[in-house]
Amino acid sequence: MSAAALHDGATATARRKLRFGPLWLAAPGLAFLVVFFLFPVVRLLGLSLQDADTAAWTSDHYARIVSTDVYFRVLLSTFRIAGLTAVLSLLFGYPLAYWLAQLPERTRGKAILAVMVPFWTSYLVKTFAWMVILGQKGVLNQALSGTGLPTLPLLHNEFGVMVGMVHAMLPLAVLTMLPVMTTVDRRLVQAAETLGAPPAHAFWLVYFQLSLPGVAAAGLLTFISSLGFFIVPALLGGPQQTMLAQLIISQIQEMMNWAFAGALATFMLAAALVTCWVYDRLFGLSTLSGDNSSRKGGGTGGLRHAGLKLLAVLAKASTTAGDAVGRVVGPRKLARLLPVYSGAVIVFLVAPALVVVPIAFTSSPFLDFPPPGYGLDWFKVYFSSDVWLGATVRSFGVAFATAILATLVAGLAALALARSTSRWRGAIFAFFLAPMIVPRIVIAVGLFYLFAQIGLVATDLGLIIGHTVLALPFAFVAISAVVKGHDWRLDQAAATLGANRFQTLMLVTVPLIKGGLVAAFLFAFITSFDELTVAIFVSGGVKTTLPKQMWDDMILQLNPTLAAVSVVVFLIVMALLLVAERLRRPAR
Amino acid sequence: MLSPLATAQSTPIRSAAPSAGQAPMPKLLVDGLTKSYGACVALQPTRLEVPAGEFLTLLGPSGSGKTTLLQMICGLVEPSGGRILIDGQDETHTPVHKRDIGLVFQHYALFPHLTVAENIGFPLRMRGVAAADVDRRVTEALEMVHLDHLAGRFPKELSGGQQQRVALARCFVYQPSVILMDEPLGALDKKLREHMQYEIKRLHRETGATIIYVTHDQEEALAMSDRICLMNHARIEQIGTPHEIYAHPKTAFAADFIGVSNIFRGRVQRDASGAPVLVTGNGAFRLGGDALPDQTDAALVVRPEQLDLNGEGDNEVSGEVVDTVYAGSETRVLVALGEDTTITVRLRRGVPPPPLGDRVAVRWRTEAGVLVS
Repeated sequence: MSAAALHDGATATARRKLRFGPLWLAAPGLAFLVVFFLFPVVRLLGLSLQDADTAAWTSDHYARIVSTDVYFRVLLSTFRIAGLTAVLSLLFGYPLAYWLAQLPERTRGKAILAVMVPFWTSYLVKTFAWMVILGQKGVLNQALSGTGLPTLPLLHNEFGVMVGMVHAMLPLAVLTMLPVMTTVDRRLVQAAETLGAPPAHAFWLVYFQLSLPGVAAAGLLTFISSLGFFIVPALLGGPQQTMLAQLIISQIQEMMNWAFAGALATFMLAAALVTCWVYDRLFGLSTLSGDNSSRKGGGTGGLRHAGLKLLAVLAKASTTAGDAVGRVVGPRKLARLLPVYSGAVIVFLVAPALVVVPIAFTSSPFLDFPPPGYGLDWFKVYFSSDVWLGATVRSFGVAFATAILATLVAGLAALALARSTSRWRGAIFAFFLAPMIVPRIVIAVGLFYLFAQIGLVATDLGLIIGHTVLALPFAFVAISAVVKGHDWRLDQAAATLGANRFQTLMLVTVPLIKGGLVAAFLFAFITSFDELTVAIFVSGGVKTTLPKQMWDDMILQLNPTLAAVSVVVFLIVMALLLVAERLRRPAR
Repeated sequence: MLSPLATAQSTPIRSAAPSAGQAPMPKLLVDGLTKSYGACVALQPTRLEVPAGEFLTLLGPSGSGKTTLLQMICGLVEPSGGRILIDGQDETHTPVHKRDIGLVFQHYALFPHLTVAENIGFPLRMRGVAAADVDRRVTEALEMVHLDHLAGRFPKELSGGQQQRVALARCFVYQPSVILMDEPLGALDKKLREHMQYEIKRLHRETGATIIYVTHDQEEALAMSDRICLMNHARIEQIGTPHEIYAHPKTAFAADFIGVSNIFRGRVQRDASGAPVLVTGNGAFRLGGDALPDQTDAALVVRPEQLDLNGEGDNEVSGEVVDTVYAGSETRVLVALGEDTTITVRLRRGVPPPPLGDRVAVRWRTEAGVLVS
């Protein structure tokens, strides 16, 4: 009896601790994000409303954007390119994701690598590859003139930008849609067919609707990422395709006009937030981490009915179209269409990076393809250059520190949120994902302003802080996904067997979520290793990182050294990715 | 003693639909149907006739081929050979959505994004039924399963039993020729399962539908079926009414799978008087009726309720009481005959259970035993 009373007392204390306890683990992360993310971004927005000299409140900067033709055109083309990129990425990506989702689990793991590789390949490497392929004397045009056809203007126009953008965003779209699609119960499609629905109807009325949260999440992420993009439009586009981020960079770097840059950033941020808000209304933000269970009912009343009607029409149309195509090419070939298409998209994703490899080994000082001869000249240039090696070493160091910091902070936060039942849970969850949603350029400019005041510009610490802000959401999602599947009864078992809280954490929890931690570490590492936006502002002078050095070279003069560097970067990232995959598996 | 197959199949059907029951053509005819995945045979060539209005249960352990057979009938699995005829029409290669069948899934497979009413209306809309008729028939179907008050809810807002009723309504609403049910009650707890068994039987009575029902639960099969099709090792072991299968199992597997059985394995021989006996490790037992030929390996099946503790009978074994199991309506006594044979005896009403360790004699009448191959 006294034992029972003792037990009751113990659980009461434990409950009190639990209610309070877990959320404290998120405190370091929250503090970090408030200081280095929320504060700089809000301050930047504040700057946009102040007169640069008198610090009086003003809306002049906004008026200037709207009334100046050039700026307004940039604003519009930014939204147009971002919107178009999102739509095209969804259109091209959906069938591929659908194909991947229906593969048997073992095959799927391997096939997904074909999307993961381009996803984690540096944007700079990918863009460099497209410059080599699409250029005036690029791979495609040389092939064309080789067959006697006239060359085409493929670069420095809208076409070049769209190819680069869709290529950059397609993997993100596919990888966002995939987790939702794999959780769609295929038996529901079978059920629809036994109830008399032709395959096209079963797809549109059941499968497509259930995959919609994934499609919306992919649309959201690709649109927002595209909004803040500058690498592709700067290198593959012409003046007509200038995007907002380029304008912000030039306002800071050339004019030092913080207020105006802040106003431009506000437009970008507002667009991103409105998109997010609409998305949250319809699907709930937690779908972003593949959490399918808590999604909302998918609209109500009139909107829902209109949606269902539209899908019924789509179903009927595609049944007719499918029948027609089936009659022409035969049902056998129709069934082969999807794998063939998926293969083609994967080639489109992977091939450009592979084109760079032979050029890295060229003996020519130009980017001829195929190279006139082979040699290791450009690797020698790379390995004997203090600038390149210094940048490589710095990138490694910064990435390593970022990975440790991000994994630690995100790990604690993920553990905290997994066990918390607090009503703040949703808000904190969203806050940790926020750096993924706020365009990078906005964060980078905000941090630059902050760092300039506290003397962190051109320091490694500044880079590490900036990169950790950007890497946190990725690490957080990776760990959350594993923690979600963690069986907390094992921790309770450890406690009943006499382990204290710390022992339980180190001996039971951490080993079981090890896969997620490793993945988080490597994703954070790669995020930092590839990062350019923060580096453009924060790594000044000799303290340059590898991506920054590549960017400077690409703006100045394309040369085969870039190809050699690209190959090195590509190989490093691939090695890390394979290690991540290898280490992630056995934990399951 | 052994009931010939012909008897099993000519047995009148209890709840056959009045008009179609006597039609010579079976509602469903499965002829030589087979399925193999490479070297692995999921279903041996199988013939099965189901008259209109019958409630037929496919019963068997997992891997016995019952689900494969069901999935081929509804068209989700392409057969490797054989034919499927519904109302005399060859439907072997008809796509799923053009077959006039209904399937109730094990996990209901309700569309999570559609309301209860929309779920039930789905098959009607797929058949181009006019909107007004859809509403009326959905309402009727909901009334039939007593869920008219939940029409606007989403499936995840319903309990397991309610979801099951929606799945049933969605299937009955379009009156398919044949309704297939794939372990529909597997996810429910025992009490609810028994209630839903009654509900499904009521729907069957009220609609006169032809139902093929898959389960691995022998009690469920005995309680619900007009006939049971017992399957094992990718083929049909025995078809018959529940009573036939229980009282006259044709194989040791059938005897063992349905109900509790005591099985003595041995060899048929003749005793001094020339009468057939089964010589087993526990003694020689007299056999009634038409025994199998001399020297065949066989098994004698005796149900627990046929055994008598220290009572009457012309066959006898003796052993030690090792346990008594009280099951409310009856008490079973476990008697160990030797190192590795334990038999189960149902205690007669009013008889106090013997103390553990008692040596007892267990007897049964010759006619009570069933000899199986």
